[in-house]
Amino acid sequence: MKHGKWPLIVTFLVPPVLLYVFFVVSPYLQAFQISTTDWLGYSADANSVGLANFKTLWHDDYVWNALKNNAILLGLVPVLTIVLGLFFATMLAMGGRKGSAGVTGVRGGALYRTVYFFPQVLSVVIIALLWKEVYHPNKGLLTTALHGLGLPAPTWLGDPATAFWCVLAVMVWSNVGFYVVLFGAAMSAVPKEIYEAVLLDGASRFTTLRRVTLPLLWDTVQVAWVYLAIFALDGFILVQLMTNGGPNFSTDVIGVRMYDTAFGSETKFGYASAIGVVMFFLTLSVAVLSLRVGRRERIEYS
Amino acid sequence: MNRRDILRRSAAAGLLATPAAGLLSGCATSGGGDKNDAETYQGTKSAQNPLGVKEDAPLEVVIFGGGFGEEYAKAHEAMYTEKYPKAKIKHSSTQEISKTLQPRFVDGTPPDVVNNSGTGQIDFNGLVSQNALAGLDDLLAAPSLDIPGKTVKDTLLPGAVEVGSYDGTFLVLNYTYTAYGIWHSAKLFADRGWSYAKTWDEHIALCKQIKAAGIAPWTYAGLHPRYMSWPLISTAIKFGGPSVALALDNLEPNAWKSDSMRAAADAWHQIVKDKYILEGSPGLDHKQSQTAWCQGKAAFISCGSWLESEQKDVTPAGFNMAIAPTPSLGSGDKLPFEAIRGTAGEPFMVPAKARNVAGGLEYFRTMLSKKGAQDFTKKVASLTVVAGATEGVELPYGLSTVVKALDASGANGFNWVYNNFYRKLERNLVDAACGEFFSGRIGPAEFLEQCQKGADSIAQDSSIKKYKRAA
Repeated sequence: MKHGKWPLIVTFLVPPVLLYVFFVVSPYLQAFQISTTDWLGYSADANSVGLANFKTLWHDDYVWNALKNNAILLGLVPVLTIVLGLFFATMLAMGGRKGSAGVTGVRGGALYRTVYFFPQVLSVVIIALLWKEVYHPNKGLLTTALHGLGLPAPTWLGDPATAFWCVLAVMVWSNVGFYVVLFGAAMSAVPKEIYEAVLLDGASRFTTLRRVTLPLLWDTVQVAWVYLAIFALDGFILVQLMTNGGPNFSTDVIGVRMYDTAFGSETKFGYASAIGVVMFFLTLSVAVLSLRVGRRERIEYS
Repeated sequence: MNRRDILRRSAAAGLLATPAAGLLSGCATSGGGDKNDAETYQGTKSAQNPLGVKEDAPLEVVIFGGGFGEEYAKAHEAMYTEKYPKAKIKHSSTQEISKTLQPRFVDGTPPDVVNNSGTGQIDFNGLVSQNALAGLDDLLAAPSLDIPGKTVKDTLLPGAVEVGSYDGTFLVLNYTYTAYGIWHSAKLFADRGWSYAKTWDEHIALCKQIKAAGIAPWTYAGLHPRYMSWPLISTAIKFGGPSVALALDNLEPNAWKSDSMRAAADAWHQIVKDKYILEGSPGLDHKQSQTAWCQGKAAFISCGSWLESEQKDVTPAGFNMAIAPTPSLGSGDKLPFEAIRGTAGEPFMVPAKARNVAGGLEYFRTMLSKKGAQDFTKKVASLTVVAGATEGVELPYGLSTVVKALDASGANGFNWVYNNFYRKLERNLVDAACGEFFSGRIGPAEFLEQCQKGADSIAQDSSIKKYKRAA
């Protein structure tokens, strides 16, 4: 069969690689080229301006403001999502301890698992519109509930003090479900005997999670970390649909800045591409860094 | 928003949301270019055919599918094909003008007529500075289709040409005539025995009365707070005269911090200070705030004359919405109380590289005929820039108040165009400042400071082309 290897590989690999190069790699490369021009997007005329766009970018307060918000997202969204995801997954897998040696989940685990996964089934656009109504300052779910309890309610998305956190909460909410399932699957691969042994030694649930579960799930957590970090550097759809960066730029993120520069309030495609290039390198560095930092020895079950 | 739109938007958003945002420029500059080989359609000019339309040339029309819908455009297209039966018209409607058409502009194959409007509007500054638009002077000089003895230019309301002109060249046909003012329900006011106040002090007194009656005096589109910049700037212009607007448009130094602007901002700060704004308004979008207003939760709202058709579905019967000019600050105002901001709106354009430019101009001539204009007013309850086209058309209540207000305002009417020259200045920068100001987080001085900072950033940005307007 050895002589037949190449035709097979070529037939299966070349078309997708070509498609990938044409539709993914070449636009990336073009973006690099466009970022060094003053292209305004509605004619074929573009003058090369060297690195001027990047120089402008360096002094652009709005870009820095957006990056600051992305940095906060990067610091909080992965941590919160992973902590919540681990907590729920643990509860579902081994929350209920009955008797001396039984390691089981809480009652109704299957139902919870399905419910947690709901947001994953919805399109992000639907999630954004749904939450926009939840945050409605007069008749939204949250305001009504708070008023019902006799408490004052903020204007949620209408106040720069709260808007960003409202969006952040939706980001965590919409992601947790997926990681509950992911971590749950990883946990079910851990041999039960280990937990039973831990249980016999009298370890608390928290110690079990920290000393046993987490090390065994490290690979999965790391993958989650990279995904969520990339998500946090983006956040475009939710922000654009919920607040479009407002009020007063308090929820602006780099993706929205780029979109607005090209398609929104201006048509500076050259400058927007420069923002895109910066975003590309930021995302790349974050992904590489989190893989490096998180590197640990693999544990094999034998 | 319909389902298709959501799907399309999510697809577009999904594309853009990929971390390597380079996809944004998937349609690169290099691919397109001038397609000199592309055939353009040109017929011979004659008295019957002053624009030189080639009678069998196809015409492509792209309409913004917003508050006006697209039925009115189909009617105009039918009128066009009535005259040129051999012409095939390709009609489409979208809410995402810029995303849909950007690649076609680059490719050099844009449609012949574009209704560049809505939030997905293409920034005119960018289009004009790249010479992407065809001049409309031939259209102005051509005789009107059905108003005998007049050129198209003669049939237009004053100001219609100026609004669409950049450095003196007429490039954009703004088809509707829009008044911007303060709206209230005539029924509510009649029921309660209130009458609209003509001076600011009376307005504040009235707000107090309204609040005491358990209704919020004001609401506004908190997520698009620029709606509130309109009455504020109007107040300043009425106080200090049209030169206030000219200074804003021409990005004169400290135009936003002039005495008139300061007086207006101080005055408007009163409704914030005294809590005359419906609670939660900063978190409402335009639809939500307008609906709250229609439900009688607030007495006043700032909007343009499209409000009536936009709110058609939720306005209770007999609500009788009425527009009124902003109250005068005092007896020292340069313009009378009746003066109102009136301007041509709803931009239409013919791309310079369209294949059927003559057809596009002829389509505009059809729109600007008396028949075309009356049909539009009947269909969407909005005025056009064609003078006297409302004769014999029965107008809905709100629109009839708009006509009355514009008549009363007459030669005292005013306008500003900085929002057309520099879209970013109004949509982003003044917008954000208004949000801070009308939610009470900053005072009048900081508000004007923030607006001025925005204007200065535009003035200093060498990549944005600057336009000047004469008085």
